[in-house]
Amino acid sequence: MLYKNPYNNYFDYVVQRDLDKCIRCKACVAQCSYGANFYDADRDVIYSTDANCVGCMRCSTFCPTDCIRIVRNPDTFRPNANWKDNNMKDLYKQAGTGGIIITGMGNDKPYTNYWEHMVIDACQVTNPSIDPLREPMELRTFLGRKPDRIEIDKKGDMTTKLAPQLVLETPIMFSAMSYGSINYNVCESVARAAKELGTYWNTGEGGLPKTLYQYGERTIVQCASGRFGVSPEYLGAGAAIEIKIGQGAKPGIGGHLPGEKVLEGISETRMIPVGTDAISPAPHHDIYSIEDLKQLIYALKEATHYEKPVSVKIAAVHNVAAIASGIARAGADIIAIDGFRGGTGAAPKAIRDNVGIPIEVAIAAVDERLRQEGIRNAVSLVAAGGFRSSSDVIKAIALGADAVYIATSALMSLGCTLCQQCHRGRCAWGITTNDPELAKRVNPEIGAERLVNLIQAWSNEIKEMLGLMGINCIESLKGNRDRLRGVGLSEVELTALGIQQAGM
Amino acid sequence: MQDRIEIDAKGVHYRELNERIRAAVAEGAREIELLHVNGQRYIGDGLRQDVRIAVDGVPGNDLGIFMNGPLITVNNNAQDAVGNTMNGGKIVVKGMAGDVCGYGMRGGRLFILRDAGYRVGIHMKGYKDLNPVIVIGGNAGDFLAEYMAGGVIVLLRMFGRDNGSSATGDYLGAGMHGGTVYVRDGIDRRKLGKGVAVAEITDTDRTLLQGILTEYAADLGLDAREILTERFEKLIPLSTRPYAKLYTY
Repeated sequence: MLYKNPYNNYFDYVVQRDLDKCIRCKACVAQCSYGANFYDADRDVIYSTDANCVGCMRCSTFCPTDCIRIVRNPDTFRPNANWKDNNMKDLYKQAGTGGIIITGMGNDKPYTNYWEHMVIDACQVTNPSIDPLREPMELRTFLGRKPDRIEIDKKGDMTTKLAPQLVLETPIMFSAMSYGSINYNVCESVARAAKELGTYWNTGEGGLPKTLYQYGERTIVQCASGRFGVSPEYLGAGAAIEIKIGQGAKPGIGGHLPGEKVLEGISETRMIPVGTDAISPAPHHDIYSIEDLKQLIYALKEATHYEKPVSVKIAAVHNVAAIASGIARAGADIIAIDGFRGGTGAAPKAIRDNVGIPIEVAIAAVDERLRQEGIRNAVSLVAAGGFRSSSDVIKAIALGADAVYIATSALMSLGCTLCQQCHRGRCAWGITTNDPELAKRVNPEIGAERLVNLIQAWSNEIKEMLGLMGINCIESLKGNRDRLRGVGLSEVELTALGIQQAGM
Repeated sequence: MQDRIEIDAKGVHYRELNERIRAAVAEGAREIELLHVNGQRYIGDGLRQDVRIAVDGVPGNDLGIFMNGPLITVNNNAQDAVGNTMNGGKIVVKGMAGDVCGYGMRGGRLFILRDAGYRVGIHMKGYKDLNPVIVIGGNAGDFLAEYMAGGVIVLLRMFGRDNGSSATGDYLGAGMHGGTVYVRDGIDRRKLGKGVAVAEITDTDRTLLQGILTEYAADLGLDAREILTERFEKLIPLSTRPYAKLYTY
């Protein structure tokens, strides 16, 4: 049967080029890593193979004469409210290949975004707001188990021995991204930024390159089900250890770094041979229960002599509050919860777009449950999964998080345009690729500077917002839901978030 | 500090016991004898020194987890997750061992005299000069060598509770994509997991087995020749990339 896949014609983008303005410099040809632009020497014209365009805007950004426009392909299927374009395209693709559709970055479906339905309180008349530019404002955050009580001797010194803590100068950390899913230059950018900002970055499950051990005191090392690169040296290198149980973009499934991506450096860091698939099992096979989780938490504490906090990262799922309670009781110092808008280097699209719950409701449910059980102090909560701005961060803290993890926003500050092609390893912005020619597009020095800029800007905005609430310390906002109100939410949604309707 | 010390583990919590072991190692002990061990977890956890630890009694879960160097001998049974995520060194168990022993094991040797539990050798992997080896003298439970990515597992079925039974556990080598499993006295084809095949052993395999089993026999006071008289078959992965064609984009 002669069959042409409709997908081939109904591609997403068209590269429009104003030939009057085009100077045939071929920058667009060199910049496109997907083969969408090519130069025809006979006609001295640059053409585009629109089907290859992923809409990453690399070529239009680098065009010196601004002659390129990337536009949505106007040639669409007949409009159908039930069968949307992406349903149809995915179906054709699967009929052609028989494959599970893989995609990158976070859930892009239009679920209710609760950040956009919450508003922040401000002081007017009855108590004064604070000007953070001229008055002390504290963003310093301590993550780790806090004691039930503290004892102080006659001299006023504390005699209670505290559990190990992470000290953050701002309540924003860089979330787990493995070396392999991102390249070395991106890892180094993030590590340098974390050090400069006084916060932490997270290795993900890909191990820690030896040359980045120098950032160890600002590093959270991850121990995931594949145990890649997990050695006594690695566990000792970081400031904290994170057990990765789940990830917001793909709760309940394992990971799979294809053999093509396992090049020399990655092979060495993951401690697996070059070119082999790095398969992370769906569960840790030594953890089938909360008791087993406790066993691994204490194995890690024993291995590092109880000097480092142990974090447990889970995806936000329906029963997240009860699970978090179990994790706190299992001895974790930090619980990181990743909502379903969290990004990924590769996940089945069906899972990314349909599994898990929003971080807003997860953090509200967990904070509430731990308070009810009287164990909120036993553990710090880190929220993750699609934080886009300082206002998202401040709302998360008011809902009960101690700090947040960001990754998608961090990559965007390095150039990411959310084209969702990470899994292909051809990132034109040089981020989710290990091709040395493409990876050069990220300069760690400039990358770190841009990350520092972003977090400093957010931190200043957070200070401004604390000030207008009359609060001079981020700790005082934690779980302070009275400073939030809901707009346009149903009563049951307000209850789930534990906030009141605006005007009440 | 003397080279050789004894620690009485009777009634001692694992946290204190392991602290004492670490302190002894830090002070230069080369041989540590642990007496009356009764379920204490994490013995040898993360130790990197060249030290011999003799365990008298039954150690608890995660014996030798993250370990990279020591030799641990157990004169009795061991529990779950022996040699979990182990990097190097050797653990010799003169009895049975529990589930998920050698999970993610990257180097070193784990010799078990009798039976082992479920999911032993799961996700074992070799790397460069690291080539982990597990030998099980008895039988093993289901999912032996699941997701195995490298290294060697030898299953003898000679010294377990159920000697002479032809069956291994179910789902043998499911998802295996590297490494080799050798089984003495033939592999029951009905027990195979997905993605594996049975092959005859070659001279290279025989030399490798001779080396491993001579060491195993010496450590456990057995006769290597007797072990090697019987026919061995091996289990190999059909592909090093079992899931390469599963996806599209």
